[in-house]
Amino acid sequence: MKLGFLVDLNLCMGCKGCEIACKVENEVPLSSWRLRVKYVDIGTFPETKRTFTPLRCNHCEDAPCERICPVSALHYMDNGIVNIDKERCIGCAGCVMACPYGAIYIDPETNTADKCTYCAHRVSSGLMPACVVACPVEANIFGDIEDPTSAISKYIMEHDVKVRKPEKGTHPKHYYAGGGDVNLNPLASVREEGHQLFNNITHLEHIGGH
Amino acid sequence: MVEHTIPATNAVVTLDVALPGIVWGWMITMNMWAKSIGTGVLFLGYYLSKRYSEDFAKLKLGTIVISLIFIHLFLLFTVLDLHQMFRFWHIFAYPHWTSAITVGAWIVSVLVGVLFVMAWAKLTNKDELFNKLFVIAIILAIPVTLYTAGIMSEATARELWQMPTEMVQMMLAATLTGSATLLLLGHGKLSDDAKRDLAVILGLSAFSAFLLYMGEYIFGNMKAEELQATLAYIQSGGEYASMFWLGQSIAYIVPVVLVLLSINSKSYGILPLASVSAIAGLWIVKHVWLIIPQLIPMS
Repeated sequence: MKLGFLVDLNLCMGCKGCEIACKVENEVPLSSWRLRVKYVDIGTFPETKRTFTPLRCNHCEDAPCERICPVSALHYMDNGIVNIDKERCIGCAGCVMACPYGAIYIDPETNTADKCTYCAHRVSSGLMPACVVACPVEANIFGDIEDPTSAISKYIMEHDVKVRKPEKGTHPKHYYAGGGDVNLNPLASVREEGHQLFNNITHLEHIGGH
Repeated sequence: MVEHTIPATNAVVTLDVALPGIVWGWMITMNMWAKSIGTGVLFLGYYLSKRYSEDFAKLKLGTIVISLIFIHLFLLFTVLDLHQMFRFWHIFAYPHWTSAITVGAWIVSVLVGVLFVMAWAKLTNKDELFNKLFVIAIILAIPVTLYTAGIMSEATARELWQMPTEMVQMMLAATLTGSATLLLLGHGKLSDDAKRDLAVILGLSAFSAFLLYMGEYIFGNMKAEELQATLAYIQSGGEYASMFWLGQSIAYIVPVVLVLLSINSKSYGILPLASVSAIAGLWIVKHVWLIIPQLIPMS
């Protein structure tokens, strides 16, 4: 079994329901996100459109975070999930430096690395990840990519799917349908300081950290 | 390429959370800088012991003490930078051998042990033991110098660090600061010949490191868009351009000029100035190179 994730960007409407569900399910602290939805506006008025891209850990087959972790806090599970043992993590941030997708952060409350685990605790109980359950348009498709009869495998076979930064050789197990350079390449869009929909983000001080 | 895509699509990120910012900051710079001095004095000390043994006899204890101080500084800042510093022992209890961090931590621990025994051997006049251990210390100091390049190459997200030249830069930083430190330590003790040799090593290390950085600076743009975006921070108008050139000047250009003047005039009085310049400048150079890849968006 190898669990994978697919987001159909043609369906996603940027409601951020997945983001909130993830925050609640995993008690993600303020100023940190395991999953977030990025908005990118394209075109020139009046020919404009807004795209929405949920971003989370890609659970790579050759995960750089797992390789660089000095204490195996980041480790593979049998089902392909790249999980994290927060009790073992020493907070060196090597994984933050290694992840090409910016999916790992240092939790300001525990001072350890944290990231999306595909809700490993729910999956082990036979439940779907919280973001999948919350999505009102079923844009998130989760399942076994080694099973040709699973919904995700069928979706991958029937649609043109992409992964982020394939050139990094990490073999991500997170796919996007309907994604383009603008959605998936962070350097293909401009980030204008002070011109975002929200700018004043509360940042927690790391407790006992720096 | 992206520079053509952006005007075509006019794509602007309108909602995203802030970037994580600088995660590896000045403490990691201190780590790399102090390690260069700690292993560099061993390399150059060994060279002096083979070529100018009488001169080195006066610096034997000083070399080991300086190496111990700076390797402990390097370890101190490594541990201080951990967000869970009291779990440092996990590296020894749960080692993960694919990680350069783990491999480096174990080797440097052995090196520290060898250095302490060397200091004891010197204090108790056990010269034969000291010389045998010196060879072991050099063998260990090579991977200790280079393993940070391994960590950087494992940092898949930071293309700038994933260069074979990074390994060479680590070694050059060690020979640069090692020769500079021994020139300062042996200013009134070393013969002119020994000073000249150290000055030549200092000058060549500075010149070679400068050439490598210029290679990255000029040709890096042609490699990948991520590298291009990173180097933009040190190129004309970039946020770190002034700091980059300040570092290059102090660490490399000034020492090269001073070494050339010194050797041409056979007057070694200005070498301490070149040494201080190289040691101080290296900190700036390392800091800029550490920070700029952390400024580009990853997602």
